[in-house]
Order: sequence, then structure tokens, then C-alpha cells
Amino acid sequence: MPVIPLHYILFLSTALFFIGMYGLFTRRNMITMLMSVELILNSVNINFVAFNKYLYPENLEGLFFSLFIIAIAAAEAAVAIAIIINLYRNIRSVDVEAADDMKF
Amino acid sequence: MIGSEVVFYILSAFILVTGGLAVTTRKIFRSAIWLLFCLTGIAGLYFWLGMLFIAAVQIVVYVGGIVVLIIFSIFLTQQSGKDLPPPVRSRTILSALAVCIGFVLTCILLRNHTFGASLHPPLADHISVEAIGTQLLDTSEHGYALPFEVISILLLAALIACIVLAKRSKSEEK
Repeated sequence: MPVIPLHYILFLSTALFFIGMYGLFTRRNMITMLMSVELILNSVNINFVAFNKYLYPENLEGLFFSLFIIAIAAAEAAVAIAIIINLYRNIRSVDVEAADDMKF
Repeated sequence: MIGSEVVFYILSAFILVTGGLAVTTRKIFRSAIWLLFCLTGIAGLYFWLGMLFIAAVQIVVYVGGIVVLIIFSIFLTQQSGKDLPPPVRSRTILSALAVCIGFVLTCILLRNHTFGASLHPPLADHISVEAIGTQLLDTSEHGYALPFEVISILLLAALIACIVLAKRSKSEEK
């Protein structure tokens, strides 16, 4: 794929990372914050796959990193949703501002 | 060759627009659907790069698993038709500023960096699943058997943790 330089794919993943960052900063709902985290993880995956394809096409290391990141992201999302649902049961809200019981 | 370029631009515009909508739309259910489109677009990007296996994993795990999980949790925790409260204006401006500065800074750094080209001949255009599986369970120098086992233990721990967390304790039940 030499038609598109590697930089363009990295620009794309950078833009996606900062879109996720923006969501993480502005949203106060835990589920939407989790979605932003997923966007950030995906931008990292794009980087790994692109580096694998362009810089080290003789190896598969980037692909394995992406696979492991996807597996960890799935586990993380499941645990996060279990925590969110448990929190919702206790305080009837999924707003991060509402969960201030342990705030000093 | 031009066609491949056009496909890349369409895919990246699709990913960025749907990703941006996912973090800015005010209805939480629409946000989840935009996230679904964004993840599908990323799977398309992997297809474009020729990484068929990772694209399939992306669709199965993210689109089929995580987004469905998120939609279920939306149904369990709130009214999906209701608008989210608007974000505080000062926080929106400040975070947009921080994000723009970060993006520009990273892009400048990227532009000034040149990557060394690979010296080795590439693998076949489409990596076979057989090669991935062999290396994933290989115990020799470049094998990934140990991380594979660690991930399986992590997944088991996460599974048990989810059950324990989401289970209603006896004293809570009324």
C-alpha cells in the first residue's frame, strides 16, 4: 500500500485519539466516558497495525499487540459495565459527579 | 491505484465524522450507534490495510460484543430517549482548546519525523490465519504462548469479577 504514506494513517489515529480525549473531558455520564475510552484504544490499535504493515511487514508483532489490546479492552469494558450497574443500583445515577461518597 | 487512495480518504472521513458524532451527540443511544459505525469503519480500515484477521476480530469483539454490552447497559441504567444534560460551556471550550493544541503538537512532531523503511522482504500480501495461530501458541523465541496464557487468566479473572460485582448481595434484597 505505498500510495498512502504512513503519516496519513498516523494523522487519522491521532485525530481519533483526540476525539476520544474530548469525549472523556466533556462527558459526565459514565457510559459515554467508557465509549470515549474505546475510541482511544482503537486509535492505538490502528497505530500498531499500521506500523506492522509499513515498517515491519516481515513480522506479525503489531498484529499480536492489537489482538491483546482488543482482548484487554473487552475485559475492561465488561468490568466497567459491571461497576457502573452496581453503582447505579446504589446511587440511582450514572453521573460521575453524583458518585462523591469517597470524596475528601 | 487511485481507487485505493480514494477508499482510504472515504474510510478516514467516515471514521472521524462518526467518532466525532459519538462523543458530541446528546442522545446516549444515538451515541452508542455512532460508536458502532465508527468501529465498523475502523474494521474497514484494517481490511484496506490487508489485515483480514484483525478486521474480523474487530467486528466480532467490538461491534458484536462491546457495543452490544454498552447498549444493554444503557437500557438497564437510563431512559434511552432522554437527552443528556448539556456539558458546562467553560469545560467544553477548555477541553476543545486542549485537544486542538495536543492534536496540532502531535501532527507537527509526526511531520518532522521520518520512519526508516523495512529492509526485509514482506510476508505474503494477506497474512494467513495459520501463521498467526502458529506464532501465537509458539513457545520458542518469537512465540506468544506466555502472553496468551496470561490473557486467558485475565479474562477468567474479569469474568469472575463481573459476576461477583453484578450479583446482588443477600442483605440488599428486600
